[in-house]
Amino acid sequence: MKQTLTEKILARAAGRETVSPGENVWAKIDVLLTHDVCGPGTIGIFKREFGEDAKVFDREGVVIIPDHYIHTRDEKAHRNVATLFDFAKEQDLPYFYPPWTNRYRGVCHVALPELGHVRPGETIVGTDSHTCTHGALGAFSTGIGNTDAGFVMGTGKMLVKIPETIRIVLTGKKPDYIAGKDVILRVIGDLGTGGATYCALEFTGPGCAELSIEDRMTICNMAVEAGAKNGIFAADDKALAYVRARTKKPFEPLVGDPDAPVKAEYSYDLSKFVPCVARPHCPDRYAPAADCADVKLDRAYVGSCTGGKIEDFEMAARVLDGRKVAIDTFLVPATVEVAEAIRTREIGGKTWERIFAEAGCIPVSAPGCAACLGGPVDTFGRTHGNEVVISTTNRNFIGRMGSKTAPIYLASPLTVAASAIEGRIADPRKYL
Amino acid sequence: MSKIRSKVYVAGDNIDTDNIIPAQYLNLVPTIPDEKLGSYAMAGLPDDAAPFVDKATGKTPYGILVAGKNFGCGSSREHAPVALGAAGCKAVVAEYYARIFFRNSVATGEVYPFETATPLVSEFKTGDEAELDTDAHTLTRLSDGKVFPLKDLGAVAPVVEAGGMFAYARKEGMIPSAAH
Repeated sequence: MKQTLTEKILARAAGRETVSPGENVWAKIDVLLTHDVCGPGTIGIFKREFGEDAKVFDREGVVIIPDHYIHTRDEKAHRNVATLFDFAKEQDLPYFYPPWTNRYRGVCHVALPELGHVRPGETIVGTDSHTCTHGALGAFSTGIGNTDAGFVMGTGKMLVKIPETIRIVLTGKKPDYIAGKDVILRVIGDLGTGGATYCALEFTGPGCAELSIEDRMTICNMAVEAGAKNGIFAADDKALAYVRARTKKPFEPLVGDPDAPVKAEYSYDLSKFVPCVARPHCPDRYAPAADCADVKLDRAYVGSCTGGKIEDFEMAARVLDGRKVAIDTFLVPATVEVAEAIRTREIGGKTWERIFAEAGCIPVSAPGCAACLGGPVDTFGRTHGNEVVISTTNRNFIGRMGSKTAPIYLASPLTVAASAIEGRIADPRKYL
Repeated sequence: MSKIRSKVYVAGDNIDTDNIIPAQYLNLVPTIPDEKLGSYAMAGLPDDAAPFVDKATGKTPYGILVAGKNFGCGSSREHAPVALGAAGCKAVVAEYYARIFFRNSVATGEVYPFETATPLVSEFKTGDEAELDTDAHTLTRLSDGKVFPLKDLGAVAPVVEAGGMFAYARKEGMIPSAAH
């Protein structure tokens, strides 16, 4: 029986030769990821169901990366982080990356692969919908709720419904003005926000080699915005090199059968993509950036798991080098590693940090989720009024960045930076 | 429970988890009932939407929420079904759900996530009285007795019947039934 990559990973995790879409299997989970917003509730359920003295299924299989509400005075947010400190100590967890220590990393979905916790062929679940990011390295990875997470914490197993696969075939050469964000916003625009519900979104084809690992993370990150259970790329040499540089732990990659039956297949030529945005208030409201030049903006934002990585800031720096922003421009590195790159990497002898400062951006903030999801009222970059925002983040629902009356346009870092210069939505090609 | 008789609240398509429970309330922990997550249910709807929760009581008069396509899209926050359940909502009846919201509703047992066989948003208005029969899979509009069929719960029915993920796993022998 021919099987897709997702089916093969889940079959192996279930101890089976094959699995079929629609069936429920108990799958072995390699990594459970949680953070400050859903960790305390997950721990609450774990203790309620398995007992106060229960131990997690595998000390090395539980990774806790607080990131959401860190740089805030909110007392409950601090209480939640304290709950994680207590639990990590009690369970003697080696992979806890707490704030206010030199182990702090930042946004969990960028930190998890940076730290070598994402390995091809493995199964990852996390209490965050953007856990689908990690399919970029050939893992099955999906977001779950606290109850399922509490169950995984105690058993290392999860009841998984095998998803049907939608295959996205990428061909052609990617122009330098096209980012991973342009690819996924177009795909979501075509599929619709519920178009891949319950499905695996598998990216294949010769065009995949054109995409950097971070492009693939950006793309898989937003698979959930089309409703997908997971996004996935097979691990190629580029992915294997990325993983091997970050972990000594052995892993066994899998590849799908190219002719495995799928629910649907769509092909895209990367050379035909254009810089684009998703208009308010849904990520599927695709429009070419050039068609939105009449949209006047108040704020630009570069950050988050899908738009705050090293290459995202490199793209922003390329566009902003030697130019001035016309609107408030917020820069939030996802992780400590990204923040370090901003401070030290250079274009034309100038650090990216200096390029941003000379362009008039607001000084770069500490790493974390910040205003991507609004958050407590004192969150950096949070909207409070009618600000029109262009952002590299992944959701533009009403109120997503704080204020219900602040419309959000989603775009690549190139398009966000070009738009920051003009104060209107702008196609970045003229700045490259 | 087999019959739920209540007023219905009607919402549209793509009701996302920021509508159901805005991110500023994610500092509240769903397993701590004193944090009154329910009082913020549906607080993220636009300000011109009818209030879902009665401010005085912190509860909802609407036991049944009728919605369109892709209900619960967005975040994996389990705060969403917990907030609805804590507010006193018993069931959501939507054309279809975002996967994680559906799964969380089933796993927690907080709300029944029924799918409609036909779009029902235009058949009800907020405040209408209705009766949901969870065994017969029907929603009845009480003003004229019109009965609308719902889909059965499919592959998750055994989990729902068991009373949630932990009860199901114990029944299946996945975890010891001796645990409290």
